Amino acid sequence: MSAAIAEHDDHHDHGPAKGWLRWVVTTNHKDIGTLYLVFALAMFFVGGTMALIIRSELFEPGMQFVDPQFFNSMTTMHALVMVFGAVMPAFVGLANWMIPMMIGAPDMALPRMNNMSFWMLVAGVLLLASTLFMEGGAPASGWTLYPPLVLQTGNALPFAIFSVHLLGISSIMGAINIIATIFNMRAPAMTLMKMPMFVWTWLITAFLLIAIMPVFAGAVTMLLTDRFFDTSFFDAAGGGDPVLYQHIFWFFGHPEVYVMILPTFGVASTIIPVFARKPLFGYASMVYATAAIAFLSFIVWAHHMFTTGMPMAGELYFMYATMLIAIPTGVKIFNWTATMWKGAMTFETPMLFSIAFVVLFTLGGFTGLMMALAPVDMQYHDTYFIVAHFHYTLVPASVFIIMAAGYFWLPKWTGNMYDEKLAKLHFWLSAISVNILFFPQHFLGLAGMPRRIPDYAVQFADWNMISSIGAFIYGPSQLLFVYIVYKTIKGGTGEKVTDEVWEGASKHSLEWTLPSPVPYHTFSTPPKKVPTEHL
Amino acid sequence: MSGNVGQKNTRLVRKLVFIVLAMFGFGYALVPLYDVFCDITGLNGKTNKDAVAEVVYEIDKSREITIEFITSVNNSAPIAFTTEKYKMKIHPGQYYTVNFYAKNETDKKMLARAIPSVTPGLAAEYLEKIECFCFSDQTFEPNQGKSMPVRFVVNPELPARYKTITLAYTFFDNTKKSLKNNKG
Repeated sequence: MSAAIAEHDDHHDHGPAKGWLRWVVTTNHKDIGTLYLVFALAMFFVGGTMALIIRSELFEPGMQFVDPQFFNSMTTMHALVMVFGAVMPAFVGLANWMIPMMIGAPDMALPRMNNMSFWMLVAGVLLLASTLFMEGGAPASGWTLYPPLVLQTGNALPFAIFSVHLLGISSIMGAINIIATIFNMRAPAMTLMKMPMFVWTWLITAFLLIAIMPVFAGAVTMLLTDRFFDTSFFDAAGGGDPVLYQHIFWFFGHPEVYVMILPTFGVASTIIPVFARKPLFGYASMVYATAAIAFLSFIVWAHHMFTTGMPMAGELYFMYATMLIAIPTGVKIFNWTATMWKGAMTFETPMLFSIAFVVLFTLGGFTGLMMALAPVDMQYHDTYFIVAHFHYTLVPASVFIIMAAGYFWLPKWTGNMYDEKLAKLHFWLSAISVNILFFPQHFLGLAGMPRRIPDYAVQFADWNMISSIGAFIYGPSQLLFVYIVYKTIKGGTGEKVTDEVWEGASKHSLEWTLPSPVPYHTFSTPPKKVPTEHL
Repeated sequence: MSGNVGQKNTRLVRKLVFIVLAMFGFGYALVPLYDVFCDITGLNGKTNKDAVAEVVYEIDKSREITIEFITSVNNSAPIAFTTEKYKMKIHPGQYYTVNFYAKNETDKKMLARAIPSVTPGLAAEYLEKIECFCFSDQTFEPNQGKSMPVRFVVNPELPARYKTITLAYTFFDNTKKSLKNNKG
């Protein structure tokens, strides 16, 4: 490992290698960040296409286009692709790009492992995609892979499980790399409590990942041995218990959803102060709130299982513990609002997406609070209400913030400005259609429409049609983002951006002190001073 | 500087890999922990796995409890499974025997196992079975039908809040699994 670093220190001036092989063998954090981001964007469209198949089928009651088995494969694969192929890799990509530049490090701590973790991700996703063409179809049990249902999967089961193993190993390696980078590679002046919020949230996320991914790997391995090696972890006939799987899964699954939201918080905390032209309000409380959310995520898992016949004491405990999460989350929402308060705000696209995030994520948080109430959850459980809830916390939250991050840092990465008009169009199309898409699903859920069913009773027809219309506006309008990014890389508006790109940004974080576009190698010698405006 | 950082990285990575392995082990440790937890708290509605000795309780004539029986087969197993009574009123402390019937509907020998479950789960420990076909695997000859008695008592210490107890049996066809195990 030290050899790899030494090698890099020796050649200060060389740029990227020539030819396509550069992208295969690269150990440069910026290259790998780009690979992750491009891959995530591609997967976003793959998962999005699956979502559009789902919404086409649900456009009207009755069976339209696909058979029920394939429909269920689509809900399952859409979730797996979006979680493991799009949202998580997008944040790992941002981490690769930004963390070294934000903490004044020349690269990630373990550049070769970095390359390996990216290519393992690709292998894992390809393996998962291959199950679509297998006898018996792709997994159709929902992304939670509950037994005994999941054990009825055809030939695809072992492939799906090994794919989960690969994706797990890939994210564990990514997480180890991020922790090592943050602990060992910071510029001397960059103490922990001076780190930008994005770095903090990723540090905590990385610890979540190394704690939960192995547990999930264990759970799916048990599924594998139950199916092929006659163990009875989840088989009642052999003395096992299917509910045990749900406990193990959600011990992983609940922190997992925070793996997707904590870096979102980090990016929002990075963008909002820049466009409010004020330091982040309550930096220390943001750090502690993030840590508190991460801790709480480990002790609330059974709120996903209120309907499994838990005793009263269990329901009460998990209900109150879950509601506690609203406190640190509320602190964060308060801090973002307070950051904007009396700020000299401007509304460039990254800020628009961030403001939409604050508003719409709060909405998703409230529906989460509703479902934390055990007696109420009995009604909402496994209906479209939960679908509406987690899509509000993922699409107008995580996905919006990933888009915001794209617009925010793209000028820094490429040295070109994106087309603000088109970007604003992208924002407004997204922000309006995402609500047409997901808001009616609250009503459907409250009225009792179950999730993961390809057909529905006629009384649900109207809102389903509206939701599908929203989907067909939201999906294609994301192509606009691809076009804007492409155009920016190819020269953008022609306007050359300054080093700090956004007015006053260099007071907030180190990357804005570097030239635009950023050179291939940065901070070969650590910076002497670090921005401390947020303190 | 780089040599120093390299060493620090190696040490840190070792620790982190240890956490990863420990958490993988923890996932597996959850399996016995779950059983122990359910055992201590009495959750999960599991009844006694082996026969208990018949002790004489004082019969509580003052209260009457409804006990319900549910018979089902897992995964459409070719077993016809019924009971002579689906519902009865009982007094805590008194012993009762109820007959269950199961028939192998194939022309092959079958090994099957019935798994009991009690609702509400916390009442399970008060339901004591002296005789049950669920204590062991049941062998069925081709097309054989069997009458299988269950003898049980509800412990008079059953808290007053339980008015109805449901005992559900699910038959699992274990023929394939046991064939594989015997070969192996």
